Amino acid sequence: MADFSAKFYANFIQDDRWLSLVRGLKVTIIVTIEALLLGVIIGFLVAIIRSYHDKTGRFKILDAVSKVYLTVIRGTPTMIQILIMYLVVFGSSSMDSIIIGGIAFGINSGAYVAEIIRSGIMSIPAGQTEAGRSLGLSYRQTMWLIIIPQAFKNVLPALVNEMIVLIKETAIIGYIGEQDLTKAAMVIQSRTFDAFMPLLAAAVIYLALVMLLTFFMNKLERRLRTNER
Amino acid sequence: MSVDKSIDQEVLIQVEDLRKAFGENEVLKGITTEIKKGEVVVIIGPSGSGKSTFLRSLNLLETPTRGTILFEGVNITDPKTDIDLHRQKMGMVFQHFNLFPHKTIRENITLAPVVLKKMTKEEADRKATELLERVGLLDKADVYPEQLSGGQKQRIAIIRSLAMDPDVMLFDEPTSALDPEMVGEVLELMKQLARDGMTMAVVTHEMGFAKEVGTRVVFMDEGQIKEEGSPEEFFGSPKDTRLQEFLSKIL
Repeated sequence: MADFSAKFYANFIQDDRWLSLVRGLKVTIIVTIEALLLGVIIGFLVAIIRSYHDKTGRFKILDAVSKVYLTVIRGTPTMIQILIMYLVVFGSSSMDSIIIGGIAFGINSGAYVAEIIRSGIMSIPAGQTEAGRSLGLSYRQTMWLIIIPQAFKNVLPALVNEMIVLIKETAIIGYIGEQDLTKAAMVIQSRTFDAFMPLLAAAVIYLALVMLLTFFMNKLERRLRTNER
Repeated sequence: MSVDKSIDQEVLIQVEDLRKAFGENEVLKGITTEIKKGEVVVIIGPSGSGKSTFLRSLNLLETPTRGTILFEGVNITDPKTDIDLHRQKMGMVFQHFNLFPHKTIRENITLAPVVLKKMTKEEADRKATELLERVGLLDKADVYPEQLSGGQKQRIAIIRSLAMDPDVMLFDEPTSALDPEMVGEVLELMKQLARDGMTMAVVTHEMGFAKEVGTRVVFMDEGQIKEEGSPEEFFGSPKDTRLQEFLSKIL
């Protein structure tokens, strides 16, 4: 027990080491939010472009670009993508790596979000579009007011899943020099030569973060399902 | 073709050599007809005859391969025409109702008029209340479509279209997906509409409806109009052999 207290003291209290975990958590959260916003925007755009193309045959070039994007992003490791973004694309720029990381993770997540949303759009019966259009609504109005709200509800569980993956995947941002939660734990380990405590602490914080997210998303899902018996 | 003298002579929809092909399969092989204001045109025919495709072409839910459709004098088959504008004047009722499941009944009715700025929110609400009262479903205003029976859903779908004050109503087999005991309530509402002078085009298998309120009955087969006329001559002395055969099977 005395051993435990001593280790706890060395890993978290001494030199205010717990603060680096807090700062790391902040980085993790910031990068996740950046990536989430960018990913959802890209995902929506790509999903709508692809659905619109499937439906009307228009937007040929944008559709082709979208397909290349999906293939490349889903076909290569996130790790490589973030390194390319940091060392090549922004190699000569002085941009903060927390922003570069957010962009890289956002572009990555967007590919998965796009396919999730597209599957949601496809799950809505054609009659819904026809009903909207026959009332005189434009394609865009029908999409935003009738199709997307229903599609979103159907794919919310899949989107939450993608958000969870994203939170955890940001752990590799340490490779481009940003001190996130995982990196902070490793830094503590390098000072105290104890791996167990800092890594356990990081794991517990990730877990809490994911559980919190899941809790709120379940609440949202229940609210959206009010129209079902 | 004889025209009932009691109805207004103004032509609402003029269809000229309408053709529609899905790939190699030509479903409509040149339809030429017109729908006058106040007419109730009932379209019957065996399955695969193209009657639904024809009806769905009238508001361009199906894009015709060839031919023209004039609606209130405007060529809506011209790609330059803003079809959304003209669809506001053409209500459509579907076999499977297609109510918006994520909206309450009231929202289903008020959505289009408000979004398309035909009415303010208050005006649309008042209109919805009035329409709901008319079909006796005011108590359902705030529930979601899933809580309604098929017949109730279809009546809501009809008044959802009516909320836009359409000049013509298109019905695509409106009672085919209903349990038998619910067919009556929907037909009754449609008859009411017809009596109030609404111009209607109805694809249906309900011959009673055709006889009772149809001003003209059209028989389609193999993508063409094979025979049309007033219900009396149409059912009384059908000339086309395919029609005679069809009627003998269903009557």
